[in-house]
Amino acid sequence: MGLMEGELEIIRAEVEAVLEKYDLDREKLIPILQGVQVKLGYLPKEAMRQIAEALKVPEVDVYGVGTFYNQFRMNPPGKHQFKVCMGTACHMTGGRIIMESFERRLSISEGETTPDREFSLERVACVGCCALAPVVVVDETVEAKVRPTRVDGILLGFGLERAAPEKTAPDEGIDQGEEGREQ
Amino acid sequence: MSDSALVVEQNYEQLKNLALQKHGEIKEKPYVLVGTATCGRAAGALGVLDTFRNEIDNRQLDVNIIEVGCMGHCYAEPMVIIYKPGFPPLCYGSVDEGKAARLVTDFLIEDDPCFEFAMAALEPNDLFPTFGDYPRGVYEQKVILADCGLIDPENIDDYLACGGYGALAKALAMKPEEVIAEIKDAQLRGRGGAGFPTGIKWETCHDTPGPLKYVICNADEGDPGAFMDRALLESNPHQVLEGLVISACAVGASQGYLYVRAEYPLAITRLHTALEQARAKGLLGESILGSSFSFDIEIFKGSGAFVCGEETALIASIEGHAGIPTHRPPFPAVSGLRGKPTLIDNVKTLSYIPHIVQKGADWFKSIGTPNSPGTAVFALAGKVVGTGLVEVPMGTTLRTLIYDVGDGIKDGKTFKAVQIGGPSGGCLPESALDISIDFDSLREAGAMMGSGGIVVLNEDDCMVEVARFFLEFVQNESCGKCTFCRLGTKQMLDILTDITKGHGRPGDIELLLDLAEDIKTGSLCGLGKTAPNPVLTTINFFRHEYEAHINEGRCPALMCKDLITFHISAEKCSKLCDACVGSCPVEAVYTRPDMLKAIHLDKCVKCDNCLTTCRTLYDAVIKKSPPAAEEGVS
Repeated sequence: MGLMEGELEIIRAEVEAVLEKYDLDREKLIPILQGVQVKLGYLPKEAMRQIAEALKVPEVDVYGVGTFYNQFRMNPPGKHQFKVCMGTACHMTGGRIIMESFERRLSISEGETTPDREFSLERVACVGCCALAPVVVVDETVEAKVRPTRVDGILLGFGLERAAPEKTAPDEGIDQGEEGREQ
Repeated sequence: MSDSALVVEQNYEQLKNLALQKHGEIKEKPYVLVGTATCGRAAGALGVLDTFRNEIDNRQLDVNIIEVGCMGHCYAEPMVIIYKPGFPPLCYGSVDEGKAARLVTDFLIEDDPCFEFAMAALEPNDLFPTFGDYPRGVYEQKVILADCGLIDPENIDDYLACGGYGALAKALAMKPEEVIAEIKDAQLRGRGGAGFPTGIKWETCHDTPGPLKYVICNADEGDPGAFMDRALLESNPHQVLEGLVISACAVGASQGYLYVRAEYPLAITRLHTALEQARAKGLLGESILGSSFSFDIEIFKGSGAFVCGEETALIASIEGHAGIPTHRPPFPAVSGLRGKPTLIDNVKTLSYIPHIVQKGADWFKSIGTPNSPGTAVFALAGKVVGTGLVEVPMGTTLRTLIYDVGDGIKDGKTFKAVQIGGPSGGCLPESALDISIDFDSLREAGAMMGSGGIVVLNEDDCMVEVARFFLEFVQNESCGKCTFCRLGTKQMLDILTDITKGHGRPGDIELLLDLAEDIKTGSLCGLGKTAPNPVLTTINFFRHEYEAHINEGRCPALMCKDLITFHISAEKCSKLCDACVGSCPVEAVYTRPDMLKAIHLDKCVKCDNCLTTCRTLYDAVIKKSPPAAEEGVS
């Protein structure tokens, strides 16, 4: 996904701000990457390059660590994120069906973001609410015992009508995506 | 008693008395405990909390509202406990905004305790049964979960008032060797899964000379289906901290780390609060409780890699590298983080430490079996009625755990198997239900204690699909270092996927067994060595299901999507009801000219929606395997 106008400057400034908070030590690589992701929502190539320079490690090391851990994203996330739990209990109670419902409704696959960057869809290994399976984490809120009809309900809450998969103005008030996202 | 031991004791008594005093003040007036751990929140606890706050504010009642953790009764979330002087403390389950409002008006204002919503009382009384009067309460024996859901995890005074940090004060007055001897004598085995004797690990770390040592609490609970570490961290973080400080004191470490999954944001927040409060009370930092021992703890957020539960991978991760395990020996207790002796223990293991130090090794050994003393914590999930966290003595049978503690199988279905130990464990059938659970008996049965996730499966669950699911998980999580794990699991996954899609070939089962042996032998760490377990146990106990898939193209559990079709039974369909038509997300369900409903198989995405909708009405939607043609269409 290409950068939008002015995005490079924002990336540089945010990465600089995160780097200032840590000792420039290889050991701090993961906390730095986490910090950058909290600010930007993902790890742009430019940010990884900047971190590699600052820590004086090869770029490939930063990229290697960034791609090793599930938590780090290489693509910009949607404004709203749907994380479908695929732990054992959720899987056995229909997590796959829920994922497919989201994929169908949003016309994207697992791990992707809608072209307008409004919504992204991810799988998570287990959010630890197995007794309430299947669960979906909508931004920061955990939705319990989700059925395909509830998927429609969740999307409706964001202004997505069932008949028209085109998005309208997203709902206000539910967006905590920027602040609380430390995943 | 030496001077320093006296100082420690005095400082501790002072802290405890202050806490007791505050605690006593709270106890004088009514208060409401709302369980707001992640599981409670998912069930709507924050809405209930708001209702209580608003109702109580609006009526200007003098009632405290306290957020607590999880009592383990996940099936009854959100849960609320109300203390009102003159009544036994009462616990209410499945509370919603309406019930919350009723509890305020009827119980807190009037004196009607709303017994119709109550689950149990917490103390014996003449009015209402306690948890001990239910089978779950009879078989459970809570040690590390005892205070969870009853004390405020964000208030250190609650923990101190219950005698918390008393074990630390005691340990500080003991010689490190004495503490280690006690743990060794208790035969505590690591609760992370493998069951290695904790005391021996401590002794090795203690005996390794070095000016700088580390202790790490492993809270990287990545096992899909296990959530006890999260519950412990969210509900009683100080218990874990106390255990970690004692372990540091015993081996002589000066710095500790809490390695917590980033997927547990609430646990991380509550741990930060707990650390600050412990520092403020002098229970962490320079000269703890006035002794000569200094120690502090830092939180490290894991970034989502299952393999980081393995201790050498976890260390690599803290050092800023990809979490790839290294060869052992040297064990971390000899050469770990930054090459220094490092002690790594699981959250549950550390939670037992304060109890053992306080009550002694003999008390601990009086619970459980001779080879695995103590209790075991299980996360009960899947198709069982009483889902949640349970703590039972080691040696309890699976049957007791599922049918008595868990109250049997949901929706009157038939039990098929129990998956225990997550991706490293296995699926055990009905015939294995009388195994008494401990580290050794499970391993003999082909499963594993793992971190204690138990998923109960019923007749609707396909065992090939279960095996495929776990293999997909380890395949994704394999770090890629060992060829057999990296490529072998991929081959196994491909074969299993083929089988679930109806493309299985004769000989596939033997090929899977072959590959499983190779992966077990050729992998370095526990992830690879145990990765084939789910496949091996399902082939062992449910071979006929594999054969049905391969030879007949049939999924006996009607679960594998490529092997089933959805139909509407002409006998059962009411014809005048449109529920299934409305429930279909892709307009595959339609009304025929004779009003009977039918499904366009080419449009159907097999989402199960019509079946679920109709089940409670006419139960007319049925699944067929092997796939059948659409009725009335040639």
